[in-house]
Amino acid sequence: MKARVHVTLKNGVLDPQGKAIGHSLNRLGFPEVGDVRQGKYIELEIAETDKTKAKARLEDMCKKLLANTVIENYSIELVG
Amino acid sequence: MKAAVLVFPGSNREGDVAQAIELVTGRRPAMVWHGDGDFEKTDLIVVPGGFSYGDYLRCGAMAAQSPVMAEVKRRAAQGVPVLGICNGFQIVTEAGLLPGVLMRNAHLKFVCADVHLKVETSQSLFTNRYQAGQVIKVPVAHAEGNYFADAETLKRLEDRGQIAFRYCAPDGTVDGSGNPNGSINNIAGIFNETKTVMGLMPHPENATEPMFGGTDGKALFEGMVEALS
Repeated sequence: MKARVHVTLKNGVLDPQGKAIGHSLNRLGFPEVGDVRQGKYIELEIAETDKTKAKARLEDMCKKLLANTVIENYSIELVG
Repeated sequence: MKAAVLVFPGSNREGDVAQAIELVTGRRPAMVWHGDGDFEKTDLIVVPGGFSYGDYLRCGAMAAQSPVMAEVKRRAAQGVPVLGICNGFQIVTEAGLLPGVLMRNAHLKFVCADVHLKVETSQSLFTNRYQAGQVIKVPVAHAEGNYFADAETLKRLEDRGQIAFRYCAPDGTVDGSGNPNGSINNIAGIFNETKTVMGLMPHPENATEPMFGGTDGKALFEGMVEALS
């Protein structure tokens, strides 16, 4: 099955890249854009059919490598 | 003092630090490839600067999971001193040997410049040749040197004297003017609880001979030789 992992900065952690993106959008004629937070999107192909097991393994992957939980949150979505 | 310098794909300051070590010990350190799960016993392990694994995912994240780092973690737990410089600091934090994380510089720019550092303590095997409060000048070269830790961790580091160096103005004033990357509390380098692991963003190895423009980093290496020989 396929897994989609989103890694985002925790609330309260300064995101200068998000800020720069927001400023650029404002300058480009999108004044409606307020706060911008950027993150990472990772797609993984998983050789596992049991969703519960796959979820547990992905949690482990996120904690060990995909996210740095000092500053980042992660969310896991399983597809198919 | 016998030292090992780790080499990852993308390391680029391993030669500089090896040269600095040779300068003060007269002895070339062992260069250890990232895939080596075992290597000769040494008095010191240095994790050098560079762009290990192209900074993929997060700076230091991939290198922290390499076979050599598993062995470094075992040895660090036994008390073998570990020095992480720049990307090496990022790697040892990602490996959990030091708390916190190095984030993208607050101004989003790569910074390559000489900076002033205030030595916070002389009570460590890394800083014993300096005086507490002394101001030294060494270069930095990084895009992710913005140290961050949560409030609880930060308080613990401060309370236990685990701050090694802070960015400061030339006169030693610790304020925003001397901070090149937005690092919290102007932190440039920290120790672990036992002060056997130190990580810092600046490059003392590039301030060891007059032709480099300064020699303030040399005492760090001389101090280690004194403590570990």
